[in-house]
Amino acid sequence: MPELRKTPMLDQLLDGPFPSFVKEIKKGAEKNDACNDLLGQLELSYEEKITHWKHGGIVGVTGYGGGVIGRYSDVPDKFPGLTEFHTMRINQPAGWFYKTDRLRKLLDIWEKRGSGLTNFHGATGDIILLGTHTDQLQAVTDDLAREGWDLGGSGSDLRTPSACVGPGRCEWACIDTLDIVDTLTRRYQNELHRPMWPYKFKIKIAGCANDGVASKARADFSIIGTWKDNIQINRTEVVNYVNAGFDIIGQVVDKCPTKCISYNPVTKSLSIDNSNCVRCHNCINKMPKALRQGKITGATILIGGHAPILQSAFMSWVIVPFMEMKPPYDEVSELLEKIWEWWDENGKMRERVGELIYRLGMRSFLQATGLPAVPQMVLHPRTNPFYFWSKEEVNQ
Amino acid sequence: MVKTDFGPPKYLDMMSDLCKRNYGKWKYHEVLDTGTLVHVAESGEKLYTVRAATPRLMHVDTLRAFCDLADKYCGGFFRFTSRHSIEFLVEDEANIEPLKAELHAMGYTPGGVGNTISNMLHTQGWIHCHTPAIDASGIVKSVMDEVFEYYKEAKLPARLRLALACCLNMCGAVHCSDVAIVGVHRVPPKVDDEKISKMCEIPNVVAACPTRAIRPEPAKKSVVVNEERCMYCGNCYTMCPAMPIFDPKNDGAAIFVGGKVSDARHPAMFSKLAVPYIPNEPPRWPTLVKTVRLLIDVYAKDAKEGERYGEWINRIGWEKFFKVTGLPFTDKHIDDYIFSVPTFRSTATFKW
Repeated sequence: MPELRKTPMLDQLLDGPFPSFVKEIKKGAEKNDACNDLLGQLELSYEEKITHWKHGGIVGVTGYGGGVIGRYSDVPDKFPGLTEFHTMRINQPAGWFYKTDRLRKLLDIWEKRGSGLTNFHGATGDIILLGTHTDQLQAVTDDLAREGWDLGGSGSDLRTPSACVGPGRCEWACIDTLDIVDTLTRRYQNELHRPMWPYKFKIKIAGCANDGVASKARADFSIIGTWKDNIQINRTEVVNYVNAGFDIIGQVVDKCPTKCISYNPVTKSLSIDNSNCVRCHNCINKMPKALRQGKITGATILIGGHAPILQSAFMSWVIVPFMEMKPPYDEVSELLEKIWEWWDENGKMRERVGELIYRLGMRSFLQATGLPAVPQMVLHPRTNPFYFWSKEEVNQ
Repeated sequence: MVKTDFGPPKYLDMMSDLCKRNYGKWKYHEVLDTGTLVHVAESGEKLYTVRAATPRLMHVDTLRAFCDLADKYCGGFFRFTSRHSIEFLVEDEANIEPLKAELHAMGYTPGGVGNTISNMLHTQGWIHCHTPAIDASGIVKSVMDEVFEYYKEAKLPARLRLALACCLNMCGAVHCSDVAIVGVHRVPPKVDDEKISKMCEIPNVVAACPTRAIRPEPAKKSVVVNEERCMYCGNCYTMCPAMPIFDPKNDGAAIFVGGKVSDARHPAMFSKLAVPYIPNEPPRWPTLVKTVRLLIDVYAKDAKEGERYGEWINRIGWEKFFKVTGLPFTDKHIDDYIFSVPTFRSTATFKW
């Protein structure tokens, strides 16, 4: 085992109250040459203020078109352990729940066949295994498969879908986020593992309007739990909150975006005009013991979210105001498959579905999917007179 | 031949009997302190959650140590959040304090629940990515060390989501965070004609440019960049390795503020530019850290209870935001990209 790399700059990140990633790499460096070289290369990046990873490179494993990302050092002579240092994406269990005996098997395999460094988790939700040689990729995949761990997505495919904790540990799950993500992930293994689309496609599922998985910001297809009927009020608990000093006027009544909540300080009673409620969830967030969502639950489906690359950031927008989400979720699958077909047919290379809709218009999207135009899709109607009519709509 | 396409482990196999018994039947939850939640089920059963921020990048030995703690205190069950924090799912209330003490001894302080800074979402940076303008983990470590009190103690008006993306690809929800750091380049890509002719598909490179700054140069089987039009997004480099856009003298970080993903009170909002550029200063990025600290301190002092960062700015107005933070407003803050015009102020009602 060679001596540990000298890293005077990185060593300055060992101290302080937040856990140190440098300490983590050093744990690896004591046992593994690649981790030691990673320390060295990172120190070089800190000195020179530039990355030392080369641009991509295609690697893969039998039967899969994605899930593994090639990574090569641009200074392999200095850091031979990083000549090949590929990333593997492993599909996380829904809601990121783990049982230790199952996880330990994954950790043992990764220590034996890779750097032992991980991310829990990557931005899309996968377990990320950081750094192994090309000749180990198949063996890692096979060993993990024997223990029930499969690869996630990468490239122009369905990226690993993810969901919030949902009914596993949250009273605000209007839909069974975990079952939905698990069902869709299993149903679309081919789309997940074999890139064949214009670009990536992300699905994220949140149980309520708090959107704990940032589905509106990060997913092309966002499924967000909501309800249709009245918020349930527990009048005794309302009184308990008030008696405990909770500022019900300031934090609930005044913060209601549609001003549909009123409070009578004499009777200490709260009432909600549910017909004007937009289900933003603030009042429920603030008084979880007193207020509960309605009982007729389902999801709002939104489309098109992605980060600013390339035409500016898009936040997903409403395409289905309410969909019942009952197993086996065929309605959502039918919609997904129609969208994929239209996008695959019309999308340019590296065009996300939201960008395609921006280019061709919601009108084309609605025609392709058969969804009806409804006012819930927009903040307001257009302000210009420049719209299209089809030949069928005008007098010949 | 080992099987393929079988999907992730079934989540129910990763869940304790208590979680399975009360699946979908949770009644309410309470925040006990900044590191602890309790969820109460319709059945009356309680599940305690002890949360601690991790650095995301972890060696298997650290994860094994977490497994040991979960075996000892949680029947072998834990989970992670969407923001890289670990959550131990404790059934016996008596186990909470001993678990916290052991976590603390490992260097992991429980926190991030309620009106705090939860963990900082981030990307790979110089550790494992080929396009970053800044490091990720080193900046996260430096920022979190500086603002750790806001993670440990509930001193903020509302929750505050910090995030970092090391380039404009913005892996992660950086564009909808309360305070976000983004790696930026400031000079056009360098064109290597010889390599381009061998490595890159010219039409794809030309099409990759959102400002049409790239045109083909057939004589050289290469491309030419109109540097006046380039805004350094690096999308061409993603398509073509022979157009590197790195420049250690010019790369650095921008700070965006006021975004959120929740629809509570105000619908989700994008983060907006507060600081266009701060140079890379490894290993601890003092200027960047100081600026983030300032942005958080001013908000903590000025915002009303329950106001997220963006809601606070909406109330006081951007003109006042720049006044109270003392940050300079520049031509860089005024949008000149595709959707710019609706961001201009078409009213004479504003504050001095």
